[in-house]
Amino acid sequence: MLLLIARRLGLGLLVALTVMTLAFMLTRLSGDLAISIAGPSATQADVEIIRKAYGLDRPLYVQFFSWVGRAMVGDFGQSYFFKDSVSNLIAKRLPITLTLGLVGLSLALIISIPLGILAAVRENTWLDRGVTMFTMVGQAIPSFWLALILMIVLGLNLGILPISGTGTWQHFVMPGIVLAFTAIPALTRLTRSGMIEAMASDYIRTARAKGLSRARIIFKHALRNAAIPVVSIAAVQLGFMLGGSIVIETVFALHGVGYLGWESIAKNDFPVVQAVVLVLAAIYIGLTLLSDILNALLDPRLRTG
Amino acid sequence: MSEPIAIHAPLTSRVGVAGFTVGIVIVGIIAVAAIIGNQLVPHDPFTQDLGNRLKPPFWMEGTQAGHLLGTDQLGRDYLARLVYGARISLLIGIMTVITSGLIGITLGVLGGFFGGRIDDAVLFAITTRLSIPVVLVALAVVGLMGSGLGLVVATLGLLLWDRFAVVARATTMQIRSLDYVNAARCAGASTSHLLVREILPNIASHLAVVATLEMALAILLEAALSFLGLGVPPPLPSWGLMIAEGKDYMFFSAWVIMIPGVALFVLVLGINLVGDGLRNLLGSERSR
Repeated sequence: MLLLIARRLGLGLLVALTVMTLAFMLTRLSGDLAISIAGPSATQADVEIIRKAYGLDRPLYVQFFSWVGRAMVGDFGQSYFFKDSVSNLIAKRLPITLTLGLVGLSLALIISIPLGILAAVRENTWLDRGVTMFTMVGQAIPSFWLALILMIVLGLNLGILPISGTGTWQHFVMPGIVLAFTAIPALTRLTRSGMIEAMASDYIRTARAKGLSRARIIFKHALRNAAIPVVSIAAVQLGFMLGGSIVIETVFALHGVGYLGWESIAKNDFPVVQAVVLVLAAIYIGLTLLSDILNALLDPRLRTG
Repeated sequence: MSEPIAIHAPLTSRVGVAGFTVGIVIVGIIAVAAIIGNQLVPHDPFTQDLGNRLKPPFWMEGTQAGHLLGTDQLGRDYLARLVYGARISLLIGIMTVITSGLIGITLGVLGGFFGGRIDDAVLFAITTRLSIPVVLVALAVVGLMGSGLGLVVATLGLLLWDRFAVVARATTMQIRSLDYVNAARCAGASTSHLLVREILPNIASHLAVVATLEMALAILLEAALSFLGLGVPPPLPSWGLMIAEGKDYMFFSAWVIMIPGVALFVLVLGINLVGDGLRNLLGSERSR
């Protein structure tokens, strides 16, 4: 078990280091950063001053290692646009994104687990087909478009929720619904297939033979086993949702990490871009690690991995 | 596949075939519209007419004869733009799938076939790719390098190969030691012959399912990027861009975001229905 955790941890660190390298290369794609920061009206002298001030005159590998070295201790440098340290900015925005992610994930689980169970116990009926159809429709709705429709219906026509911004808990309701919608199709399908597999297994047949009630079989025996993949995927899904929340945060002007990423891209604020990519990747890596460990705890067969 | 009861099986396959047909019809119609639509619509998608701004579509009051779906905030014909937008969506979907398919299938087949160190490297690449936040990185690339159709395709192609690799790797592993592959190997076939002539054709059907999923995803992502202003540049009428441009007027005339949004939804749904149908066909083939 310890060996498994150690190996996964090592792999996670290696992945994080690779992502760091990619994030660094990514922001150098545009060619000369000093020129893009200085803007179109800058003179050659301005560009040179900026190049010096931001240390862009040093060789690339020096810039890279100094960035990696400082990022290891949580120092991502200074933002060019926000005039604040990048770590401060992210620390201020992260709680908003995490709240949104948790609201979205909870909503998604509340809807998709019952739906998945329902479809599985009524497999191959019209109800099952209906649930499948619902997941297909859900998968095809563009999240930013759903966001706009909710704004029109809930915000303008019914006037029960604020249209955009950050502040009260009400501001998280619409973005939470939209974010949940992005995860519901996958989670519903997973619950359904997990339940179908569990219902066909020998221990369910035994439970049936013992004469247990249908409800007891479904909830006590089948669900417990079907829950294992759902729980572990839910952690991974949360990572995807945090990464995908950039679109939703931008539409609703919810000032989370995703919105920060979008702002900094628009402003050519590359230290922030690098850091946001890295932080989102690190959260994802952490969550997959967590889900591996969780899986091993739930299912002893995986512990030797 | 050990499901013992198959009383209701015909229902699934019947509905599955119906869904597949509907999907093919939807995608077919949109593809035809994308190819010849602009010859049929009497307006140009780029010509502005500031005297005729935001005229509503035919089912609403105050509509302008000749503009079936109305006009946008610059007086450009909405139907002409919608039809041109279909071309952009389909082009991006297809090109992205070709790019990401090449990368993902190559990696997956190599990893699955050779195993060992090569497979470790492929798995590491997949893990790394999954930890990269796709939307953010795509936005950053386009934001830093300047927007453009080719760049969007290249970026999405380089980011969306993970599922191709996962499926190609798993299916290759399943068949690499089957009799017909071994027979070809014993007959003296080269490794490249084994990979291209024996392995690839036998995993192609699974990859086709992945291709539909990835195409739908690429189309949605392009729309999202264009919606955020970092995708296909104006005045090109990408559906995502049309929704972004209509956003300022949506509270007064909701149809400006409804029309491109519904188009996007229907296209993605159609592609997903095709994919789902393919998967069901495969499933019934396997159980036979």
